[in-house]
Amino acid sequence: MIPGEFEYHAPKSVPDALALLKQFGDASKLLAGGHSLLPMMKMRFAQPAHLIDLGKIAELKGIREDGGTLRIGAMTTENELIWSKLLQDKCPLLVEGARLISDPQVRYKGTIGGDIAHGDPGNDHPALMLALSASFLLRSAAGERVVPADGFFVGTYDTLMKAEEIMTEIRIPVPAAGAGYSYCKLKRKVGDFATAAAAVMLRMNGEAVKEIAIALTNVAATPLKARAAEDSLRGKPLTDAAIAAAANLAMSICDPAVDQRGDAEYKTAMAGEMTQRALRMAQSRAKG
Amino acid sequence: MGKKHTVSFKLNGKAVDVVVEPRELLIHTLREKLLHTGPHIGCETSHCGACTVDLDGMSVKSCTVLTVQCQDSDVLTIEGFEQGGALHALQQSFSEQHGLQCGYCTPGMVTRAYRLLKENPDPSEEEIRYWMAGNLCRCTGYQNIVKAVQHAAKKLAAAVPNRAA
Repeated sequence: MIPGEFEYHAPKSVPDALALLKQFGDASKLLAGGHSLLPMMKMRFAQPAHLIDLGKIAELKGIREDGGTLRIGAMTTENELIWSKLLQDKCPLLVEGARLISDPQVRYKGTIGGDIAHGDPGNDHPALMLALSASFLLRSAAGERVVPADGFFVGTYDTLMKAEEIMTEIRIPVPAAGAGYSYCKLKRKVGDFATAAAAVMLRMNGEAVKEIAIALTNVAATPLKARAAEDSLRGKPLTDAAIAAAANLAMSICDPAVDQRGDAEYKTAMAGEMTQRALRMAQSRAKG
Repeated sequence: MGKKHTVSFKLNGKAVDVVVEPRELLIHTLREKLLHTGPHIGCETSHCGACTVDLDGMSVKSCTVLTVQCQDSDVLTIEGFEQGGALHALQQSFSEQHGLQCGYCTPGMVTRAYRLLKENPDPSEEEIRYWMAGNLCRCTGYQNIVKAVQHAAKKLAAAVPNRAA
């Protein structure tokens, strides 16, 4: 399978890319790692007349810590996230999540920014971003703005990003030392999207939950923040009954698309199971 | 037709230039223009890994890379493994350990294992299975592929360092 015809552009800087985006407007698409867009172009689900490749823009790569915030260039690949010593130390949830994305070859090309900006509810970074209270730096010819992950995802393939914007950076507040974390993902095989997955970040205060974030992948048109489940656990001990009740609350907001991975009832049940497993794993990893 | 581009890159250490439409996939350039038919087309949907090549130190599925993206890149295919008439340790090991049956997936397997051993020269069985998971084999059940990669790791570790490339 070969994509339809298009013109290829490889800008060397963000301003050059923004100028191309402005020039070609709706006829253009941004190319990140290409492992969602190129398959869609082969299938003719996407037929841009102009492809703007962000792969040659050095400033869009890299991972650094800056005053309590992790700043990740949008074109940083999954493989680079996995091998980052900084992330392994400061944000292991992101490493755990990236390890569960697709397969090794895809992870050399696939990027964190592409995964987020694509708006596919099957992608894993969106729920990870919700659990980590991340925000995104969006640049356009008119300037830049920072948009929180919570609220960014509007629908399937639909986000708050405007056509004239490029996501340049992902910002994550460094999780507190001793925070527990887990990303539990059920998938049929390597390379598949999640049947359901749950991301959890939590801090304990003795036996009680001090802070908690729960987010779900691929069980609705967007990633879901399981607010009622979070609220039910805050300040309480993480007993089996509390975990089961929180999982039920998480299941109550699921509205999964039916496909070969299962019907709505099954996927919702699996979202509950992944939530329970992620809570238990995060609890076992939390210190303090 | 999209405006054609001249793309220059290194293929197995030699400089090559090709003229391609933007939509041309790297696997097609390699096989049809440059007559390097070692990388195979299995699925053309980035699932099977038969088209795996090494691109600037990354294992990639060349059915999901555009040739125009490869300007100034360094591409290694299975044709670049043999040196001076001697098979690479991975090729020897796949032969000795019966790491193939029909052989269709083998160029992708060997090319992927090459990068894996560069990054992790002494992988456990579990690590080999995790890091080779982007390559499908419908014959072997993987057991001998894992053995071949382990065997090659030992060969490479025992080799004189400057011959271990």
